Amino acid sequence: MTENIAITWRRIPERYRLAGSQCTSCKTKFFPPRKLCPDCRRKGKIESCGFSGKGKIYSFSEVHSAPAGLELEIPYVLAIVQLEEGPKLTAQVADCHGCDVQVGAPVEAVFRKIRSDDPEGLLHYGYKFRLVK
Amino acid sequence: MLMRKVAIVGVGMTKFGEDWKRGFRDLILEAGKKALEDSNLHGAEIDGLFCGTMAPGPLIGQEHAGALLADWMGLNPIPSVRVEAACASGGVALRQGFMAIASGLHDCVVVGGVEKMTDVSGADVISALGGAGDQEWELFPGATFPAIYALAARRHMLEYGTTEEQMASVAVKNHLNGSHNKYAQFQNPITIDTVMKSKMVASPLKVFDCSPVTDGAAALVLMPLEKAKSHAEIPVEIVASAQASDTLALHDRKSLTELNATKVAAKKAYEMAKVRPSDIDVAEVHDCFTIAEVMAIEDLGFVKKGMGGKASADGKTALNADISINTSGGLKACGHPVGATGIKQAVEISWQLRGQANGRQVENAEIGLTHNVGGSGATCAVHILKRAD
Repeated sequence: MTENIAITWRRIPERYRLAGSQCTSCKTKFFPPRKLCPDCRRKGKIESCGFSGKGKIYSFSEVHSAPAGLELEIPYVLAIVQLEEGPKLTAQVADCHGCDVQVGAPVEAVFRKIRSDDPEGLLHYGYKFRLVK
Repeated sequence: MLMRKVAIVGVGMTKFGEDWKRGFRDLILEAGKKALEDSNLHGAEIDGLFCGTMAPGPLIGQEHAGALLADWMGLNPIPSVRVEAACASGGVALRQGFMAIASGLHDCVVVGGVEKMTDVSGADVISALGGAGDQEWELFPGATFPAIYALAARRHMLEYGTTEEQMASVAVKNHLNGSHNKYAQFQNPITIDTVMKSKMVASPLKVFDCSPVTDGAAALVLMPLEKAKSHAEIPVEIVASAQASDTLALHDRKSLTELNATKVAAKKAYEMAKVRPSDIDVAEVHDCFTIAEVMAIEDLGFVKKGMGGKASADGKTALNADISINTSGGLKACGHPVGATGIKQAVEISWQLRGQANGRQVENAEIGLTHNVGGSGATCAVHILKRAD
């Protein structure tokens, strides 16, 4: 699905600089930011927080069959990364092949172009991760 | 507390497969007509319609599927509802029908499931099915459904030593079962080698680890059990209907190697039916990918956690082994017309309990279970069915 300008603009804080949120009651951090803590619900107060961008590979797969818009990217490595602050997220691992990646490997966030298939020419940027040597 | 017991009095389904000659409404109409004929009903008795279908919008440009069905099945003006819960649309629709009869609000309902998937390109199908996951935080960064289950498979291999060959054995068993089912999309037996040498989709999952793109429909007629005897030689009672939810995105789960929604729904269903996992004779479980069947038989309590791969490779889930899993061929071989799958599972279990599963009959089948999962496990519906003659 291609995303239009409004949703792209709305997600800039999260996608460009990993802006997240935190429950002040149970201290759980959320990425993407949640506006309601699923554990504390109305008792929890939510505030903004950031992330260092450092984490570890929790699981990964080398994708060979692409969805619309990523046909030119295959094969690419998709991972669940666990950030050092706790939350896990789904992202591509840039500049590597599947055979380079291991569960537990340290990674850091990088700013990359994600998609450029928008019919109106809109470029989508966001986070990917890369292995820390 | 149930107000009334509920029974399945008629079942029907189309041949699953790539069906270029027929469209959405042809498919559901055929399944519905077969279910009505099976129940010896004419149609005037029906007072409600529920239909599971996941993505007619992106797949055929059609929403408002409830109205379409009532119209084309000649059932106006009865209420008709489209139910959507991704790949669990069928199972959740069945639960709506169950509740409608159990509550006393309806006396005879048709529950259908349908998906027409081959009218658009493969990439468009991948994108449409992606809607079962988290569009903004899984799909946008590049996830596909095979990749999401591959992420779970990688963890299962790491945590429990599950192997690619063990996962392949699930596909081999389901293709063998499918070879005895004339409704199955694939009726050809395969070997471990077939799976292992097939094209990589999202490592470690290969083409033969994945369920196919399928056109198809299935339907059930539900009535109160007390009235079922006059319409069915062997009514099939729905002794449990349970559903549970979990996070939309896989990455938000504490564990990637179990589906908590399956565990919660199964526990509720076993309590409701007053049975244990060891009492189940035959089960249709949601094997959208081979790893999904491995996790399902663990989470449903048929084998110990972590032993799903080994149990499959050891043949414990084969036809008439310890527990017969996916006698229809499962999603892998029978096919996966997404919204139809949860209903097809109940059709297959009904045939098994009535002793009508020609060529793949489970001996003395008395109690069966259906397990239908939406997305990567954000929705799960479990039903337990029992022969009631």
